[in-house]
Amino acid sequence: MSNTPLGNLFSALNNALDSKVAGAIGLRKFLVKATYTSAFNGVNVATKAAKIFTSPKKQKEAHRLASTAKSTLFDLNLTEDQQMIQDTIKDFVAQKITPVAEHCSEERKVSEDLVQAFGELGITYYSVPEAMGGMLNEKATVTQMIITETLAYGDVGVALALLTPIGALNALVAYGSPEQQEQYIPPFLEEGSHMVASIAVNESNPLFDPFQLETKAVSKGDSYVLNGVKTMIPLADQAEFFLVAANVDGKEPQVFIVEAKTKGLSIATDRAMGLNAAELGKITLKDVEVPASAVLLSGSTYSNFIDHIRLSWCALAVGASKAALDYVIDYANSREAFGEPISHRQAVAFMIANIKIEMEAMQVLTQRAVSRAEQGMDYSKEAYLASVLCSEKAMEIGTNSVQLLGGYGFCRDYPAERWYRDLRAVAISYNGMHL
Amino acid sequence: MNLEIPKGLQNFVDGAYALAKTTFRPISRKYDELEHTYPKELDLFAAMLNGANDGSGGAMGGAKGDGKEKAERTGVRNGGNMSNVLNIQAMSYGDVGLLLAIPRQGLGNAAIAAVANEEQAKRFEKTWAAMAITEPGCGSDSAAIRTTAVKDGDDYILNGEKIFITSGERADSVVVWATLDKNIGRAAIKSFVVEKGTPGMELIRTERKLGIRASDTAAITFTDCRVPAKNLLGSPEINIEKGFAGVMETFDNTRPFVAAMALGCAEASLEKTRELLKEKIDLNYNTPINNVKAVEAELYRLEAEYEASRLLTIKAAWMADNRIPNTLEASVCKAKAARVAGQITLKCIELCSSLGYSEGELLEKWGRDSKILDIFEGTQQIQQLIIARRILGKSSKELK
Repeated sequence: MSNTPLGNLFSALNNALDSKVAGAIGLRKFLVKATYTSAFNGVNVATKAAKIFTSPKKQKEAHRLASTAKSTLFDLNLTEDQQMIQDTIKDFVAQKITPVAEHCSEERKVSEDLVQAFGELGITYYSVPEAMGGMLNEKATVTQMIITETLAYGDVGVALALLTPIGALNALVAYGSPEQQEQYIPPFLEEGSHMVASIAVNESNPLFDPFQLETKAVSKGDSYVLNGVKTMIPLADQAEFFLVAANVDGKEPQVFIVEAKTKGLSIATDRAMGLNAAELGKITLKDVEVPASAVLLSGSTYSNFIDHIRLSWCALAVGASKAALDYVIDYANSREAFGEPISHRQAVAFMIANIKIEMEAMQVLTQRAVSRAEQGMDYSKEAYLASVLCSEKAMEIGTNSVQLLGGYGFCRDYPAERWYRDLRAVAISYNGMHL
Repeated sequence: MNLEIPKGLQNFVDGAYALAKTTFRPISRKYDELEHTYPKELDLFAAMLNGANDGSGGAMGGAKGDGKEKAERTGVRNGGNMSNVLNIQAMSYGDVGLLLAIPRQGLGNAAIAAVANEEQAKRFEKTWAAMAITEPGCGSDSAAIRTTAVKDGDDYILNGEKIFITSGERADSVVVWATLDKNIGRAAIKSFVVEKGTPGMELIRTERKLGIRASDTAAITFTDCRVPAKNLLGSPEINIEKGFAGVMETFDNTRPFVAAMALGCAEASLEKTRELLKEKIDLNYNTPINNVKAVEAELYRLEAEYEASRLLTIKAAWMADNRIPNTLEASVCKAKAARVAGQITLKCIELCSSLGYSEGELLEKWGRDSKILDIFEGTQQIQQLIIARRILGKSSKELK
C-alpha cells in the first residue's frame, strides 16, 4: 500500500501535521486539498497537506514517470486504488454531471461550481510525479483511462472540459524539459488555480492528418516562427497556453508551448456540431515567435503524443457508449407500444444487444493499448486499431441510440441527440485530451 | 491491468501453431475434396490428445498446454479455459474442419464429462461420443425436440430422427437428447448414450456441406431403439425447476471455444491476405484511416475487429478460469467473433480477387468454413437473444 498513489496520499496527510518544518527551511509551500471521500458523499475528510512547490535548486532532469512492472498474467481486475477512484468519480458523475449535462450543453459551458467541485476531487495529482508535488511514483495510464471513461459516462463535452487541463499536464509530465516542467506544472497544483491549457493539433483542412500539418514552424536564430490555424480546441478562450503541433522546417512534426498572450496569436470561438460544454475555439497563429526552449518533445515522440491523444478519445467513446447503453435499456423497458414494452421486440432488443457487443469490443481494445503503454511496451499499433474501432462503433452507437428513442431521440430534452453529436468527434479530434 | 498472454502459455500455443501449420495445412485441401473420408492422419492426434486430456472434459480442445498459471499475490488465474481457447484458435488457424474431426474432442465427450456419474464416466471412458440434439423440425429451439424416450423395464425405447450430428458416422456412440414427456417441455429432456450398432439406430445419410467438409455431419434415425436405463446421463427424474439449465450449461462452456475457432479462420485469412498484398500495401498504423488506400483502410478495420473479438474471447475464458459467471460474455464473444470471422474471411477473398476465389489458395475454403461458426452452438441471432434478455432483464416469454 505504501508505494501506491493512495499510500502517497496518506503519507502526505501525515506530513501535513508537520508543515512547520517545511516553512522553517524556507521552502515556498502551498496546500494541497486532497479530498477522496468527498463532501458530496456526506463524509468530508478533506485534509490539507504540505507540498513543496518549487525546489530550492534548479531541477536538473525532467521528472518522468517510470513504467509499471510488467504483469505476468492476463488480468482485467482493477487495483484497489483504481476501484476507489472509479467509485468516487461514478458518484461525482451521478450527482454533479448527469443532472446538469443538458444545461451545460445548452449554455455551452461548464459552470464554475462544477469545475471547482471537480478540482476538489484532486484528480490533477494523479498526473504529477511525487517529486513535483503530485501523487505518482510510476505511470498511471490505466487510471487515467478509468477517470476519462467514467467522466464521459456523464457527458462527453463536460468530461472534455474538465480533462483538457489534465491532458496538457500529462503531456508536460511525459515530454517536458526540466525548465518547462518547473515553469508550467506547479500552477496546475496551486489551490483553486483552475489552470487551463489545451492541446491543439487539428487544423481547418479536409482529410486532416496529424502527421501532415499545414501549421509551419520555421527556425529563426534561437527561436521559431509559427504560422497556421488550429481548430476545435477545447477551452481555447480560457487557456493560459497551448500545446501546438506544427511542422518544423519540413521535418517530423513538433509540439510547441505557446502562451495565449503571445503576440500574433488570436483566439476565436469555433462552435461545432457537438462537445458544446467544452467551449471549442480556434487559434490563428500569425508570425508567432517562440523561443527554441518552447519545443515540447524530445526525440521522435510525436507519434506517442498522438497515440495518447487517440486513446483518450477512445476512453471518452467507451464511457459515453456505456451511458447510451444504460439509457436505451431503461427507455426500451419503459416505453410501450402495441401493448407491451418495445424491448419485447427483437428489432429493438437486437439493436441494444449490438450496442452492448460493440461497446465491449471498444473497451477491450482500448484497455489493451492503454495497459501496454503503462507497462512500457510498444503500443502504437494497438492505439491505432483501438482508435479505428472506437471511431466507427461510437458513431454507430450515437446514431442508434437516437433511433431507438424515435422522435424523442431527436429532441434535446433527451440525452441521445448529444451522443449523436458528440461521438462523431471521436474519429476526428486530436485535441484537448492526453492520457 | 494486463491483456497480454502469459509467456509460458504463449510458448505452448506457439507449439500448437507449429503443429497446425505442419500437420493440418498440408492436408487441408485434400480432405475438403475428399468429403466423407475420415482423415486417417488424425489418429495420431487422437492418440496424443487422449494422453493429454484424460477425458477431463477438456474436450473441444486441441493440443493442450495446461497453462495453469496463478499469481501468488492477487490469486488471479490464467488456466485451462484460456489455454483451451488459445489452442483451439491455433488448431483452427490450421484447419477448423480437421479440428472438429479429431476423435473424442467433440460436444458428446464434453457432455459425458460434465454430467456422467462415476460408473458412467468409467464405462464411457474410451468411447468417442457425438452429440445429437437437432432434429429436422427443431434447431435453435432445442426445448421443442420430438424424439421420445419411453421407460420399459430396465431400458428406454427411443424413437425419432436426429440431424447435423458432428462425427455421427465415425463416433463410437451418440449422446441423444430425447423427451420423456412431450407435454412437459424442457424439464423432461434427457440425454442418453446410444452405442453404435444398437438395433433400431440407423445412419441415414451424411450431409454434403458448404464447408468444414473434413468433419462428417450425420443424420440418424431411432426406431424402437432400446437403450439401457443406465445410459441415461444425469438424473432420470423430471425436475421442473431445474431440468434444462444443466443441459444448457454445456453450451456456456463451449461458446468461447467456437469463438476461438472463428478467430483461427479469421487469423489465417488475414495473414494470407497481407502476404499476397505485400507489394501493394503499406501499413504504418499511423495515418488516419480516411487518408490511406481503400485496401489498407479495409485491412485496418478487419484487424481491429479481429483483435477486439480475440480479446473478448480471452476475456470470457479468463472469467471462467477465475470463476466469475460469464454467460453474457460467452455469448458476446461468440456473437462478435463468429460474425467478424465471416466478414474477414469473405472480405479477404474479395481483396485478393481471383487468387482469393481460386482453389489455388485456401482463402476461399476459409470463407466457406467460417460460415458454420456463426450457426452452430447458437446462431448469431440466438446469441443476440441471450444477450438482449440478459441486459434487458427479460424472460424468454417476454422477449421471444
